[in-house]
Amino acid sequence: MKSFGAKVVLDGVDLDIPRGDSTVIIGGSGSGKSVLLKHMVGLIAPDAGRVMVDGTELSTLDNRELTRFRSRFGMAFQEGALFDSMTVAQNIEFPLVRLDIGSAAERRERVQECLQMVRLEGAEAKLPSQLSGGMRRRVGFARAIAHRPDVLLFDEPTTGLDPVTKDVIDELIVELKERLGATIVTITHDMESVFRIGDWIGMLYEGKIISWGSPSDFRGTTDPRVGAFLGRKTVAPHASVPSAARTDTA
Amino acid sequence: MAFVPFEGFFREIGRFSQIFWRTLAWTPRRPWDLRELFRQMVRVGVDSLPVVLLTALFTGMVMALQTFTVLSRFGAERYVGSLVSLSMVRELSAVLSGLVIAGRVGSAMGAELGTMRVTEQIDALQVMATDPVHYLVVPRVWALTAMMPLLVLIADGLGIYGGYLVAVVLMGANPVSHMENTFQFMDLNDLSSGLIKAAVFGMLIALIGCQQGLSTRGGAEGVGRSTTRSVVVASVAILISDFFLTKLLF
Repeated sequence: MKSFGAKVVLDGVDLDIPRGDSTVIIGGSGSGKSVLLKHMVGLIAPDAGRVMVDGTELSTLDNRELTRFRSRFGMAFQEGALFDSMTVAQNIEFPLVRLDIGSAAERRERVQECLQMVRLEGAEAKLPSQLSGGMRRRVGFARAIAHRPDVLLFDEPTTGLDPVTKDVIDELIVELKERLGATIVTITHDMESVFRIGDWIGMLYEGKIISWGSPSDFRGTTDPRVGAFLGRKTVAPHASVPSAARTDTA
Repeated sequence: MAFVPFEGFFREIGRFSQIFWRTLAWTPRRPWDLRELFRQMVRVGVDSLPVVLLTALFTGMVMALQTFTVLSRFGAERYVGSLVSLSMVRELSAVLSGLVIAGRVGSAMGAELGTMRVTEQIDALQVMATDPVHYLVVPRVWALTAMMPLLVLIADGLGIYGGYLVAVVLMGANPVSHMENTFQFMDLNDLSSGLIKAAVFGMLIALIGCQQGLSTRGGAEGVGRSTTRSVVVASVAILISDFFLTKLLF
């Protein structure tokens, strides 16, 4: 459970994130999706309940252990969250420098590779303030994958982007999963993306995961709350899945 | 109900102690970012020089003007030099520079870190295995703690010069006896205690500015609130701690 003041945001979330797959959490604005995502990397601690990653309960780690533990994660934030005072290249290089990965030359090469992946070659020397919202988000994306983490968390990666960039990001997520074998959790309310990138889909509603399954399960769901979100009404059973990461806040 | 105003006071003290200990704990840990430390020293020290100097010069001038008028009533105007120099060195340089720096540097720290908080840059740092206290607070706190005594030392000199200008040039006092009197009653303890105060004020301003910034909530309005609070809390802290430091040091 997690509440801010009197407002209860998460209440009895029970969720297993399968390792090596791409999971998408959907839900309306203000349903607590971002809060849920931040629990997974220990940015927010639950008021009650546990967050387990690979058998480690995050609340048992002290500050230093948690900091080290997070090197396994890469996270792209809603508006990019780029460091204003650094260039694009310095932003992408940041996790490599902090985690002491590679020589200077190798890091430069990695930055180029990441920029290519998000189709932003030539933007190295620009400052975040010189980029459009979509470009900032793509740089944030490049920064999240730079140190090749096992777990990638994406906070609304395509919301508000043009259709072409949206396709690029969606393709990138699928490619990352295949190439890096990373466990990916994306939160979004963009239904087109959901079916393109998700192996598993969960719906967060009033602080709980009310529906979980594969995209085909989801297309045929009977739950009117999911139906309303999908914009239609159909029928199908739920599925259960094996677990690597477990988020269980009660 | 009478307790309510104190609740905020104690909460501030609690938050302050927390960031103080975390800063001390992170200071010896690698990697040390000396470049960032020097960058901050230039930003908070060198760039603050004009405003601090102007404050000190005019304070010295006003002191001389006031004391000359009053002391001449009982023929003691030859003591203007020592009155100005002792007031500046023991008290006024440090406190007035502290208040000006709280307005200039403390507010900037509150606004900068506050903006980083609401745009998720602080979260991004944490996900990239970087503790915000280590990366942002440590260099700012030590930069200001080191630069404040230097600023105050220069302010001492300029305040005394301001007093000289008014007493000798404007009021026609004898320059030789004025200068003699300026240093006649001053000892090293007067100077060093002022500089110790300056270092403490510098540390207070930086810690409070950073703490207010990091605990910012709620968008642009929140950043505005943190900026204001950085200045108000730091100014009050300077005035309160000044009393205790004076009691302790003299």
